[in-house]
Amino acid sequence: MVSSTAVKHDGSKPERRYLESVVVRFAGDSGDGIQLTGSQFTQTTALARNDLATFPDYPAEIRAPAGTTFGVSAFQINFGGRDILTPGDEPDVLVALNPAALKVNQETLKPGGLVILDSMSFTDRNMRKAGYTANPLEDDSLGKFRIIPVDIARLTLEALKEMGLSQKEALRCKNLLTLGLVYWLYDCDRQPTIDWLEQKFASRPEIAKANIAALNAGHAYGETMELDGTVETYTVPAADIAPGLYRNVTGAEALAWGLVAGARLAGLKLFLGSYPITPASTLLHILSRLKQYDVITFQAEDEIAAVCSAIGASYAGALGITSSSGPGVALKTEALGLAISVELPLVLVNSQRAGPSTGMPTKTEQSDLYQAVFGRNADSPLAVLAARAPTDCFDVAVEAVRIAVTYMTPVIVLTDGYIANAAEPWLIPDVGDFKVPPIEFHTDAEGFQPYLRNEKTLARAWAVPGTPGLEHRVGGIEKDSQTGNISYDPENHQRMTDVRAEKIARIAEGFAPLVPEQGNAKGPMAVVGWGSTFGAISRAVSNMREDGLDVSHIHLRHIWPLPRDLGDLLRGFDHVIVAEMNRGQLLTLVRSETLVDAEGLNKVTGLPFKISEIEARVRARLEN
Amino acid sequence: MNVVTPVDKLTAKDFTSDQEVRWCPGCGDYAIAAAMQSTLAELGVSRENTVFVSGIGCAARFPYYMATYGFHTIHGRAPAIATGIKLANPDLDIWVVSGDGDALSIGGNHLFHLLRRNVDVQFLLFNNEIYGLTKGQYSPTSRVGTRSPSTPMGSLDTPVVAASFALGSGARFVARSVDTLRKPLSQVLKRAHAHRGTSFVEIFQNCIVYNDGVFSDFTEKAVAADNQLHVEDGKPLLFGSEGNRGLRMKSDTFELEIVTVGEDGVSESDVLVHDEKNRLLATMLAALQPPDFPMALGVIYCDPAPGYEANVMAQIAQAKAKSPATDLNALLRQGHTWTV
Repeated sequence: MVSSTAVKHDGSKPERRYLESVVVRFAGDSGDGIQLTGSQFTQTTALARNDLATFPDYPAEIRAPAGTTFGVSAFQINFGGRDILTPGDEPDVLVALNPAALKVNQETLKPGGLVILDSMSFTDRNMRKAGYTANPLEDDSLGKFRIIPVDIARLTLEALKEMGLSQKEALRCKNLLTLGLVYWLYDCDRQPTIDWLEQKFASRPEIAKANIAALNAGHAYGETMELDGTVETYTVPAADIAPGLYRNVTGAEALAWGLVAGARLAGLKLFLGSYPITPASTLLHILSRLKQYDVITFQAEDEIAAVCSAIGASYAGALGITSSSGPGVALKTEALGLAISVELPLVLVNSQRAGPSTGMPTKTEQSDLYQAVFGRNADSPLAVLAARAPTDCFDVAVEAVRIAVTYMTPVIVLTDGYIANAAEPWLIPDVGDFKVPPIEFHTDAEGFQPYLRNEKTLARAWAVPGTPGLEHRVGGIEKDSQTGNISYDPENHQRMTDVRAEKIARIAEGFAPLVPEQGNAKGPMAVVGWGSTFGAISRAVSNMREDGLDVSHIHLRHIWPLPRDLGDLLRGFDHVIVAEMNRGQLLTLVRSETLVDAEGLNKVTGLPFKISEIEARVRARLEN
Repeated sequence: MNVVTPVDKLTAKDFTSDQEVRWCPGCGDYAIAAAMQSTLAELGVSRENTVFVSGIGCAARFPYYMATYGFHTIHGRAPAIATGIKLANPDLDIWVVSGDGDALSIGGNHLFHLLRRNVDVQFLLFNNEIYGLTKGQYSPTSRVGTRSPSTPMGSLDTPVVAASFALGSGARFVARSVDTLRKPLSQVLKRAHAHRGTSFVEIFQNCIVYNDGVFSDFTEKAVAADNQLHVEDGKPLLFGSEGNRGLRMKSDTFELEIVTVGEDGVSESDVLVHDEKNRLLATMLAALQPPDFPMALGVIYCDPAPGYEANVMAQIAQAKAKSPATDLNALLRQGHTWTV
């Protein structure tokens, strides 16, 4: 907890302490309503004008046995009065609704942190299921934490005893009681949640009433403790946030909307061909509900059919999109080569996950950069972009569409499971502020050749079936550089290979100058990152800069082609550290393309970087 | 969405591209291409709305020789590409051209799903029971014991019967023809074109280099009449040089048997009448193999059902009717928002 001086909150009550930011983690069994609790807490803090970032942490198992460690579901939120960029390294507060939730999460809790736990759930049986050999509440294993045991089930039943609900129904309100308690702890307004409950259960007012009663009971329980003076309470100030209309958005939502926006700006139908895979399926789910926006979604029989159907759609004049995760992208490789060869627009979204092979599907990693940039047979260049945060997914999606249709090329967008599922407040943009050129298909038969190119972009003409006079054949066999007819001519193949590379290289001409996100354009140290490590690197760099260290943060949205001014920028620093969640993939690219002697900061645990990890490494490097 | 311009009567030549044909001299593909070009002219279709899609193999060169739109894609994936094309523009008239390796080996999965979805395309399977382009290895339709560069001691795996596979996959139109039977082939192509939903057409095609004469047991002139059964809806299933041999259902075993009209008290009324909507009969006809039975040719099964793309478009129309598309800015502002 980042705290400032204590202030007197109310004359009759103990003082509430100001905290600049707080990390709260709710954890319980899959059936405990943890995600709902988390999202309500998120809405409430957002309305209180806190900046925030959240991360849901679901179990991989669909219905894991109750009470087991692998069935624990968690939701983490970092909120505060300053710019919040990550869901936080270490929770200040852990709400654990059963022993398994405590067992799984206690290691990540900050020393001195607060644990609110459901005391009655700590039965011998539940503790055994969670893998405790001794009761953690009775030995000193939790000694470094402050523990608030609350008999949540009993309090809930008591609060609802007049409601006429069955015990089972009443116990379903446990999560709201917990939420009420946490609201009290951080001085949060209960009204938005009450409004939401009334709306959600409009047709079942008794359920709404019960949940509201549980919420209020939790809050009242806190007030009782407060009067005892047993627990310290806090106030988190509003953040200095740009004015405007906000909403919460996950990366998957922002990405889906960005793709729809890009397609509509280009004046194209959007076609998504996809095959379910964790953590990429969410994009398919969201787009399948946007049919009224000329969105066609197709759940294909496999990854190959998914990308091929998208290529077919682009061939016919729609914007073909496919989405997957690393192992699925591997299957799409040959078809990507076809899209490169026939030069059709295509957007492939890769929600990266830990690998190789099946790896850890629900854990995050950035290890598909090589696959995206290099992973095809032959010289087969395409464009690669990476999103840095949930809200950034919208901008990156529009940019991907722009590049795909402007240059008639496949574009790979790299996100990851962390970005796709995490949420943050979003200053809702005006779609009209984004620039994608409206597409005009080629219709003029005069002098038409399928591989005639735009002189500036080198994009070939997009002539779609149904256009009279432009009938032509394309395919994966090497083509004559003008007619598109099959050609094995040696000079022609050299020319076509060169032009495919040059076309992709020219994409970089449209990039804005690369400037550090923070810090100077020259200096002793630059930390370079890409993708979802943005938040952690940014906060680490700002922390160090506050301590007077001259550290710069450089972030790359465009992975391929790289910005042309990258080398010049990096040469202005004594040390360049490339931080990424792999064994050094961007590092390889940076070193080979710029010849700068950069070094890697790498982590592949399936978990995001901690701010402290980045700081530690940079500080150590600066000291020697 | 596309304006169909009225065309002056096009000829077969108008459907022939300027590309030099690269099939081996004597290849059955020449006859199929010629039949296709003249059939398209007879159908009066427009070149701009016609798309040929292929995978990899000798047959996959087909689109290059048609003066229409053409997409030569990758091995086995033509059904998936064609599905994307059709969904993006249902007005296009799509022919998928494939071979036995492309359709039933590497692309078997996609063909299966194309058929069960019933996407409105014509799917032509040129079956020559061999891999041609890779120089003569046995294919999934090769008969057991086929000696090839990869099976010098003879192939071991049971061949798939393409038409049976199609019926098992839920195809609503299954037909067969032979490369050299110009008129029946053209008729089958026309029926396939008229059918809404996936039209599956198997064309027995002779590979003169690697599998010459593999279908001679029913295509040779001398045996054709006795070993070809040209089925026609509503007509008795009769064949033979005298036209007096027919198929009858054995009621005790539910099997087909060959009978001769006028012998053993068999009259024409005992012979089964072809009903192209009868899936069970189609399944039995598809499985008949020489030498014990004639090869069933023509439209074996045709029972139309709404095409996949039509249903997809209907859902989109339904979604639009229910909640008309608003400005995208409105979409982004739906749900819980707050002002700072």
